[in-house]
Amino acid sequence: MSSNKKIVVPGEVIEGITPSVQEFYAFSYGDTTRASMIGVLDIKQDGQINFSPINGIYMPREGDVVIGLVTSHGVSNWFLDINSPYQAILSVQDFFGVRQNSQAPEDPFRYLQIGEFVKAKIVAFDRIRNPLLTVQDKGLGKIVEGSVIIIHPTKVARVIGKKGSMIETLKATTGCEYFVAVNGAIHIKCDNKDLEAIAETAIETIEKQAHTSGLTERIKKFIEEERKIRGV
Amino acid sequence: MVRPEKFIDDSGRRVDGRLPNELRPIKMQIGLLKNASGSALVEYGLTKVIVAVYGPRESQKFVSLPDRASLRVRYHMAPFSTEERKNPVPTRREIELSKVLRESLESIVMTNYFPRTTIDVFVEVLQSDGGTRTVAATAASLALADAGIPIKALFGGVAIGKVDGVLVVDINEVEDMYGDADMPIIAAPDLGLVTLYQLNGVLSKDEFQEAFDMAINAITRIVNMEKETLKSSYQVENKEGDIEK
Amino acid sequence: MSITPYRVPVVPKIKRDNYIKLYEKGFRTDERDFYTPRKICIKTNVLEKANGSSLVKLGNTTILAGIKIELGQPYPDTPNEGVLQVHAELSPLASSLFEPGPPDENSIELSRVIDRSLRDPKVIDFNSLIINPGNKAWVIWIDLYALDYDGNLFDASMLATMSALYTARMPELEELETGEIKIKNKVSNKPIKINKRIVSVTTAKIGKYIIVDPNLDEEIISDTRSVLVFDEEGNIVGAQKTGMGSYTMEEINNTIEISSKASQVYFKLLEEALENEKLER
Repeated sequence: MSSNKKIVVPGEVIEGITPSVQEFYAFSYGDTTRASMIGVLDIKQDGQINFSPINGIYMPREGDVVIGLVTSHGVSNWFLDINSPYQAILSVQDFFGVRQNSQAPEDPFRYLQIGEFVKAKIVAFDRIRNPLLTVQDKGLGKIVEGSVIIIHPTKVARVIGKKGSMIETLKATTGCEYFVAVNGAIHIKCDNKDLEAIAETAIETIEKQAHTSGLTERIKKFIEEERKIRGV
Repeated sequence: MVRPEKFIDDSGRRVDGRLPNELRPIKMQIGLLKNASGSALVEYGLTKVIVAVYGPRESQKFVSLPDRASLRVRYHMAPFSTEERKNPVPTRREIELSKVLRESLESIVMTNYFPRTTIDVFVEVLQSDGGTRTVAATAASLALADAGIPIKALFGGVAIGKVDGVLVVDINEVEDMYGDADMPIIAAPDLGLVTLYQLNGVLSKDEFQEAFDMAINAITRIVNMEKETLKSSYQVENKEGDIEK
Repeated sequence: MSITPYRVPVVPKIKRDNYIKLYEKGFRTDERDFYTPRKICIKTNVLEKANGSSLVKLGNTTILAGIKIELGQPYPDTPNEGVLQVHAELSPLASSLFEPGPPDENSIELSRVIDRSLRDPKVIDFNSLIINPGNKAWVIWIDLYALDYDGNLFDASMLATMSALYTARMPELEELETGEIKIKNKVSNKPIKINKRIVSVTTAKIGKYIIVDPNLDEEIISDTRSVLVFDEEGNIVGAQKTGMGSYTMEEINNTIEISSKASQVYFKLLEEALENEKLER
């Protein structure tokens, strides 16, 4: 199915998009709908219209699974940088799965320290409060192995690729495990540090060349050659 | 700097050879600063202004607005930007220009999406040859778009002057200093909105209105250049790239 | 650095709605129409120790202008001109919104707009202020003090400035045996040489309405404001859009027309005040 892609700039009239409160790349002005950000407007033959912002800001949504970096803590909370305008909050109670602070260890902040990464889910976020996190769910918690690389949130889709083509290529050629969080943080687990380094470079390249074509092939070739060069 | 004898010569050309309606050569560049969320460098002739945008980031407590992002704008001139070295301490002029520039952004930046945050727009004039606040506006428009901060439309600025009785577009420093008027205007032509206008000097009512028409016309051309710059930076085309290690 | 104001007073929603309802019917509060400024009172020579002074009340907005004329040096790039310095202070006396401290962006904007409006059309004859070219000149200090703020500081300040300038008197000089020039007695009978009169007209845009001389409530609920400065020939000698909103071109044209008409009212009042002052002398 072919599609017609074009780049739209702020102020430009775009048709077929209904601005919603959550997506802030389109807005109503008089009787027109206009773009508020630079993006790629994809008009598919079946009439479906998609808008992908090129630069963007990650706005947390309830249910999102994100990877955050602990930057500080208060009396009973950790504060995390989740690559968004707002800091996220993870409570001591939630981290230890208890109802009261007294049931948590005496020095809770020893268990999750500043500079460590956490995989967590956003349970609440609105205009009045900062995003609230939970780790009480499958696969969530402090990240203890592998490495984390942070890219621009709008490039996440490219790292996954159409129908997962890019991420599958990465997995196949490196043999590593990948978790791509919507906030642009990617957790990579490989058999050794060399493979992790190759994977990181590959992802950085995808981020930089997100708009070029033939990228999947080039990434595949790059990884295969690097593995040969490094002998991993 | 010396006052020229004539601002418009016999062939109708200005001190730098331009016709009254002509803009100076304009250059635009985006995304040149790695740390900023968005950035742009714009030149109108010899005037060079760089703008960096940061944010939205959580506001400091006392400036935090519950229902929208607050804007923080700093217009500053580098000490080497002017003929005589300018003391880096903010002057009253820089304070006034920071205010009017911020006010020009308030109705264009869609701050309601980001309550309790601050969006920073830092303007640094690297070289001043007239029209610095208008060049700053154009650069801010590009930098905000580069940062992915939602804005209602692209906008730009131009200063209209009057020399030897003739209204001229995009005045340079000589025309500003020795001319009869300096009228900076910032507008978003796609929406037909004027977000800043000032006048230093004397104009008749008719000239005042004509100057606006000339400005909107010039700004439309400038915004079209912005669109070109943005679109060509993000071309979806067959481009092979080298993989840097 | 300029930051979005965060201590803005709240105008109750019901009040704002009432204003708009009145506008729809063609009225304003205080029995005015869209084009008329509030009651204006101008009293000159209220400060005995100043060279010139004026107390202006525009509705409840009260501005005191004081002029001091002192000896100084001309600027190097204008050796044949005297010096003008305009400062405005939004004194905490005037409003709970004004904090004590160094001049903020609002007082700086006010003083610079007034300064430009005096300078560009050469309201003051700067050449007449020269005593010794390149060496000695008169410096005119205009200090504006807001004493009570009920909206529209610009127009009140402009009236105070003009009336104080017109009624100010130059100091007298004497040359001592040493060749030094000193001020003899503070006030002579010589006025400052003024070339022309100017007035400013502030309008606020509220929804689709353009109204002249907004009071404090109207200023707060307005989308944006314009200050247009006119000379008696109808030329525009200064302009400043102030405030956060924006205008369409049609709204700007309306603003120009409305302000131009209102300027006549201000000129008339200024004229009356100056006539009265002449009679009193």
